[in-house]
Amino acid sequence: MNAIEISGLQKSYSVGFFRKTEKVALKDLSLEVHEGEIFGYLGPNGAGKTTTLKLLMGLMFPTRGWAKILGKDIDDPLVRASVGFLPEQPYFYDYLTAAELLEYYAQLSGVPAKERGARARKMLERVGLAGSENTQLRKFSKGMLQRAGIAQAIVHDPKILFLDEPMSGLDPIGRREVRDLIQELHDEGKTIFFSTHILSDAETLCDRVAVLNKGELRGIGVVADLLADSGNKVEVVWQGSAATAAVCALNAECHTTGEIARAIVAKTMLDAAIDAIRRAKGNLISVTPVQTTLEEYFLKRIEQGATAGGNAKADSAVLEVKT
Amino acid sequence: MLARIGHIAYNTYREAVRDRVLYNLVFFALLLVGSTPLFGQISIGLERIVLVNLGLTSISIFGTVIAIFIGIGLVSKEIERKTLYTVLSRPVRRWEFLLGKYFGLAGTLAVNTFFMAIGFFAALLYLNHAFGRSDGQLLVAIYFIVLQFLIITAITLLFSSFSSPLLSALFAFALFFIGNFADDLRGLAGILKGTQHWLVMGLSYLVPNFGAMNVISQVAHEQAVSGALVLQNSIYALFYATAALSAAIMIFERRNLK
Amino acid sequence: MSQSAIFKKPVMYVASGLLLASMTMATLTAHRLDEMRPQATLMDVIYIQSPRAVKVMSLGYTGLAACVYWTRAVQYFGEKHVLRSKRLDLLPKLLDLTVSLDPHLLPAYEFGAIFLAQKPPEGAGMPDEAVKLVERGIRANPDYWKLYYSLGFIHFIERKDYKAAEKAFDEGSKIPGAHPWMKVMAAAMAARAGDIESARFLWTQIYEGSDDKWIRRNALSRLIALRVDDDVIHLDKMVQGYVKKTGSSPSSWQNLVAMGWLQGAPLDPAGEPYELQPGGRVVVHDISKFPFIEHGIPEGENRSEFIGPAADKVLEKPGIAPK
Repeated sequence: MNAIEISGLQKSYSVGFFRKTEKVALKDLSLEVHEGEIFGYLGPNGAGKTTTLKLLMGLMFPTRGWAKILGKDIDDPLVRASVGFLPEQPYFYDYLTAAELLEYYAQLSGVPAKERGARARKMLERVGLAGSENTQLRKFSKGMLQRAGIAQAIVHDPKILFLDEPMSGLDPIGRREVRDLIQELHDEGKTIFFSTHILSDAETLCDRVAVLNKGELRGIGVVADLLADSGNKVEVVWQGSAATAAVCALNAECHTTGEIARAIVAKTMLDAAIDAIRRAKGNLISVTPVQTTLEEYFLKRIEQGATAGGNAKADSAVLEVKT
Repeated sequence: MLARIGHIAYNTYREAVRDRVLYNLVFFALLLVGSTPLFGQISIGLERIVLVNLGLTSISIFGTVIAIFIGIGLVSKEIERKTLYTVLSRPVRRWEFLLGKYFGLAGTLAVNTFFMAIGFFAALLYLNHAFGRSDGQLLVAIYFIVLQFLIITAITLLFSSFSSPLLSALFAFALFFIGNFADDLRGLAGILKGTQHWLVMGLSYLVPNFGAMNVISQVAHEQAVSGALVLQNSIYALFYATAALSAAIMIFERRNLK
Repeated sequence: MSQSAIFKKPVMYVASGLLLASMTMATLTAHRLDEMRPQATLMDVIYIQSPRAVKVMSLGYTGLAACVYWTRAVQYFGEKHVLRSKRLDLLPKLLDLTVSLDPHLLPAYEFGAIFLAQKPPEGAGMPDEAVKLVERGIRANPDYWKLYYSLGFIHFIERKDYKAAEKAFDEGSKIPGAHPWMKVMAAAMAARAGDIESARFLWTQIYEGSDDKWIRRNALSRLIALRVDDDVIHLDKMVQGYVKKTGSSPSSWQNLVAMGWLQGAPLDPAGEPYELQPGGRVVVHDISKFPFIEHGIPEGENRSEFIGPAADKVLEKPGIAPK
């Protein structure tokens, strides 16, 4: 069974003073997320990621199409007992303490009264908020709120997690911790659907990703496939400068650092390059396929979509690359 | 379902009670109520009348301000701060959320009124050294004030289910103001003719009718409030609040939370 | 569930049903409360006596508050009128509050003065208060000639102060745009003559100048009374002429017909013959049909100031109103 099934989902608004102009926020989205996978939902700001999540959470209503979570229609409020949701840059009730907040959410999700207290404390510890249980949330920093947000999303032990930009607002250490936490939750068997405009997060975490721009799905697939798909080159490293001229003649990029030389050549030229090195008595060190990064793939997909709509540069400029 | 409404109501109450703005308002109201014996000394022979008028009026006005200012935070602030998202992404239906909010605020107001009333009766005791028989009527006046709060809260909830916090507050205050003149509107409709007559008449029934709920002056003059009035006002408040909440639910159920 | 399908949710049916039912019930209850309240709240008390306090409490919306008070004044007057109450103690205060809140609310002066000036039960019987009110209106609205007209009217009809009436009509006639008959009225007042003619003129102006049912009814009744006065004076003269000629009083209208002075028994506006009493006094048959008459009052009866059902019937007679 698919954890999430989305079919022909569309959302458009009427905008303008007389509500005559129609703005499409999400266009005919269809995708499936398998149980137990980490699914990355990528796109620049304003691509329609948050709209998709709000539609799935029942916060907005689609103009067309339908979606199912764990085989049940999203209208069924009971579905949401097994769903955890972290909104983008969450903000909580100022005058509650972190523990009270989690207990409240546990109540709403139907966690039995006996377990609530223990569960709340455990989750706060898990997201690194141990010791702040009895602090009112108005005293929390942005990063702490983000952690509390993750805690509330998992307090009722959901099967599926929807995380909207889970790493935003965190420092590098916090980002790594959240990344590890997501990995841990994945290992526990939870399905995780998270949106991000930060590619490195997706690259390290996701099993599969979907790329969204201007409300339209631009690409979807297994991360490795997406990358392998575009990588037809290999990197060859060897010792001995005698072979350099011959290899570089094979239409390759060459770099030499003292005795060590590197060249990137097309796969079809690999045999010729190795032959050239042998002939020159060079010492072959390594041959590795060159991977395109997800970022390159991403930029390419967005530019493809944008050439039709124009303004490719502005779109790709909003993509953030962090490591 | 009832459990969830209860949890939301309790959380709303807890939030409101911890909000310092609320403390300030209650403090000012208590101060005003407590200082009424001083006002009484200015107008010789009218102490009780002045005390009752001023005390009950301040309970009413401060309660209304609290109702509206916290009431608008009920939905619009939750949307603005996205706290609503984390609630509605759980097995909570939207109408359950609205009802929970309503009962939470109604409870907050009831508790506040209770404390202000205690302050008021303390001031009265200080003035008269004993409670008289007609002082029971004051409880009726306070009961009517609470009925007004229940209506105002429902209206505030209705407005905040589709409007911004600022506009919601404005709308609610405007309705509170007009609501005190609803019967005068009907008087005005009596003078008008044709379409205007029906428009004004319709409007006068659409706005809350607070006129019959204000018996402060009456009890200040130690005039009895009839049991029939108590009954009819209770019925009115019940139905009006139900209507406003139903409308709020209808709007909120289909609202896209952008 | 799409946006349009939400209307079919059970909660929408329940809520719309509840909305309709409870709004209907609330309206009915509000109606019942209105009915209950004349005993409960429409007491003869104005809680806030000071116009300044009312101004403060109206939060600057003095125009609206003035309208409210004016409505209250009209309602108060109407209610007292229905009850045939002879005491309208609150009326001056309500009018005072009204014009304090909005000194330019002209109907409050014009009609308020008429309410105040007339003798009970058709008015409050406070002509001096009425004069004060209109003079206040003139100070606030010196360019509005109709207020001078109201002032002259009260002086003339209710106070019989011809000198003051002349002054009022004269001053009003000097305002640009004033109706020419203001001058005529001033002249009539100066001559102290044409009592009935001037009164008829004034009441006709009022009758024709107003849409208000109560004011028109009152003016018409006055005009009918003036017709009776006119008739009786005329008939009295005839009787006196007969006495002069024959040395004895006529015993019936037939005597005057025989002289060729009358064509038959003279009829009053109700269509009944005037009565010729022994001794030559001319009186109306039924005093209750003719309030306000000064002449022709039967022996032992008093001048009536109340438009009762009998008088109302006369008002409804076809052709009785001035063209």
